[in-house]
Amino acid sequence: MPWFFAIATLLVLAGLYLSFFVAPTDFQQGEAYRIIFIHVPAAWMSMFIYLLMAAWAGFGLALNARLSFMMAQALAPTGTMFTFLALITGSLWGKPMWGAWWVWDARLTSELILLFLYIGYMALQSAFEDSRKADRASAVFLMVGAINVPIIYFSVKWWNTLHQGASVSLTKAPAMATIMLWGMLLMALAFWAYSIGVALWRVRCIIAERECEAGWLNNLREKE
Amino acid sequence: MHWQSFEAFIAMGGYGFYVWTSFGITALCCVFEVCQLRRRQQQLVLKEAT
Amino acid sequence: MNTLAILRCLLWRDIQLVLRRRSDVVATLFFFMVAVSLFPLGVGAEPALLQAIGPGVLWVAALLSALLSLGRLFAADFADGTLEQLLLSPVGLSLAVAVKILAHWLVSGLPLVLLAPLLGLQFNLPADVLWVLALSLLLGTPLLSLIGAIGAALTLGVRGAGVLVAVLVLPLYIPVLIFGAGAVAASASGMNPEGALSLLAALLVVGLVFAPYAAASALRVALE
Repeated sequence: MPWFFAIATLLVLAGLYLSFFVAPTDFQQGEAYRIIFIHVPAAWMSMFIYLLMAAWAGFGLALNARLSFMMAQALAPTGTMFTFLALITGSLWGKPMWGAWWVWDARLTSELILLFLYIGYMALQSAFEDSRKADRASAVFLMVGAINVPIIYFSVKWWNTLHQGASVSLTKAPAMATIMLWGMLLMALAFWAYSIGVALWRVRCIIAERECEAGWLNNLREKE
Repeated sequence: MHWQSFEAFIAMGGYGFYVWTSFGITALCCVFEVCQLRRRQQQLVLKEAT
Repeated sequence: MNTLAILRCLLWRDIQLVLRRRSDVVATLFFFMVAVSLFPLGVGAEPALLQAIGPGVLWVAALLSALLSLGRLFAADFADGTLEQLLLSPVGLSLAVAVKILAHWLVSGLPLVLLAPLLGLQFNLPADVLWVLALSLLLGTPLLSLIGAIGAALTLGVRGAGVLVAVLVLPLYIPVLIFGAGAVAASASGMNPEGALSLLAALLVVGLVFAPYAAASALRVALE
């Protein structure tokens, strides 16, 4: 686990170097475009972690494996964090570029809905007292959400074209320079390593907590 | 290296506030998450000791 | 008794149970009327403005009243053990759940479809738009019951289930809202609503196939 954090640190340093010292100034957006180096990787991670959680949940339901439910549970806060970061950096980028903190762009709106799904998952997971029930119920919700994510994205896009008059046309960089792509890839890899490290750490905590709880319950039963 | 000076690097061509807030919030979130995990682990160790 | 006869009995039983406590249904419909009538008081009685927001307001209000009625879908049957009997019945839980959803729609979705055009008159919507409104609700409210059933099944036996259902289900309602309100808005602005309506119909087919199954697996978690 410390290895993942070391790799993440190295990759972040490399990515930051690339994004601040190597990547040239954008001729349209000036220096503000440098937000792209965290905004886009964070958005990638937010979607990818959700799919990963749904996959773990599917494994868990199919094989009745408790560890994969715990992996899904361990990934959730990190995924929520990346969704939140994608939204925050998106609006910090939007303010100087489009003149508004929030625009009802298809991508921003779907990201917001993804945040709602993450929060719903965590709320459901914590609502149950019995952790086995919580695991299975929230896994079902994750699967339903995963089927819905493409539908939501498509519908929001459709809605956006219907209401095009109100919103700004938001085609970002038309041709991405290779160096920018590399910077984003490095940052995405760094986020990857970070997420793996954090998720493994959290899953160890969850396992230990559940064992603790089980041991405490057993002690109580023995006394009775 | 295309930054003329340290001030120019901080100013980010006038967009310093937006750029540095984004990177700062990201760093803060990561640090916060790691700290929280460390506290969770310490509490577990305490619980096991008792 | 063959499968069809059992399902018919189940449907009849559910409808009669609701009709015996009519005040629940009436209260939900009343909520729909009040919520819709609040908007002109909030945004002003400008006819052009009301015409513009009418479709969205009616659809959002329909969404919220569908949400209110979800509590009684499974809760009573869960409390008195009927659900466990259904689990053991020869027809299969998914089919039984589908019938329960149908009964729920007949008593709480269908009245909304009939009431909405009347309320649309308050928003100066012309007659052809009112037809599209009724049609879009006719396609959309069964979907609201289907998706809502998953949320209601997931939160059975959980503290604070009412708020949790809202958090889980509302993000999943978004595509229904977009296509439903989109169809009405399109016809109000003189465009063809067929595209949105057929997408809504496609979603309904997908929902009919998957939602009873998902709700049944959520019920199994609650019953184990």
